[in-house]
Amino acid sequence: MSVPIGAETLPSAGTSRMSQLDVLTTLHERRGARDVVITTMTPARDWMTLAPHPLDLVFVPSAMGHATSIGLGLALAQPERRVIVCNGDGSMLMNLGSLASIAESGAANLVVLVFVNGVYEVTGSQRVPAVASHGVDFAAIARGCGIRSTFTFSNIDEWRRDAAAVLGAAGPTVVHLAVAGVPGKPGPRSPGPAGERAHRFMDALAR
Amino acid sequence: MFSGDQITNALDQLGITHVVTVPDSTIGQWHDAIEHSGHTQLVRVCREGEAWEVAAGLHLGGARPLVMIQCTGLFESGDAIRNVLHDWKLPIPSIIGYRSYLNQDTIPGDTCLVFTEPVLDTWCIDYKLLTSPEQLSTITDHLGGCRAAGRPGAIVVAEGKA
Repeated sequence: MSVPIGAETLPSAGTSRMSQLDVLTTLHERRGARDVVITTMTPARDWMTLAPHPLDLVFVPSAMGHATSIGLGLALAQPERRVIVCNGDGSMLMNLGSLASIAESGAANLVVLVFVNGVYEVTGSQRVPAVASHGVDFAAIARGCGIRSTFTFSNIDEWRRDAAAVLGAAGPTVVHLAVAGVPGKPGPRSPGPAGERAHRFMDALAR
Repeated sequence: MFSGDQITNALDQLGITHVVTVPDSTIGQWHDAIEHSGHTQLVRVCREGEAWEVAAGLHLGGARPLVMIQCTGLFESGDAIRNVLHDWKLPIPSIIGYRSYLNQDTIPGDTCLVFTEPVLDTWCIDYKLLTSPEQLSTITDHLGGCRAAGRPGAIVVAEGKA
């Protein structure tokens, strides 16, 4: 379900949930050739099952919570590119202040997708505080920080229908995506030495 | 110890494009000069760990950022420093305010004096401690040298009040 600015968003508990891989597959289909896509935690794991792109930044290893911050820096340095961050709910809560930093920056080319499954899946699906039990609403939090472009989806057909428009909205944009956890599935594995990947990524940006 | 104009001039000489910062009572006095320099963009963040990762993104994107925080924020930044400087091997420079170094009247026994330099050593950050205005040129000399060598360098500025 897509929710326009200012409308009531659904609590996480009890709502339908999308497959994270389906959501990412749609993003993979809709991303532009010049777009940067940053992934971390389980979105990184699932993203790596799809065809790679030179402007993918798999943020593994990470400092948990900081994918939004590295995305903000990239968006400021590359204002002509769209920068899309695929973050988890536990990660987002670990660095909620970054939403205020993003609002302050006014980075119109930054899109933060928050994959909300209510659990720390990579460590065995322990509960993330308040997400499932109290319906933490990341779109509402973003609006409270002053980010005007916010959306919420829990239906994959609506995400498929609206994803291109969401990605193309004047940002910064924050999207709350209700997805199902996959208990027992392993966490992401680093695709190679980070320092070497940093150089390759910088080369790709320079081309 | 240093004016905003002196710091801005040093940043210009280093080609710094963005200063990513959380203020303290010393660093904060430089913000206006940096912001109005016309050369360097001030990026305000909410917590110091953020500053390192925003700087990482800026660096990856081809900019030349510098992190400007207090030593208490250095302590807060641990995992981000590990990730940015050591996992991703990005040589992000920094200027770090050293709380209470010159004067402990506000916080007698301030433990910043116990931990700041050992923490910098632990994170393998090549730093120079500045304790007098005559050391201004050390900022460009040291950070320029660290950049040429491809390693993260820091300037630690002694502060006189909390």
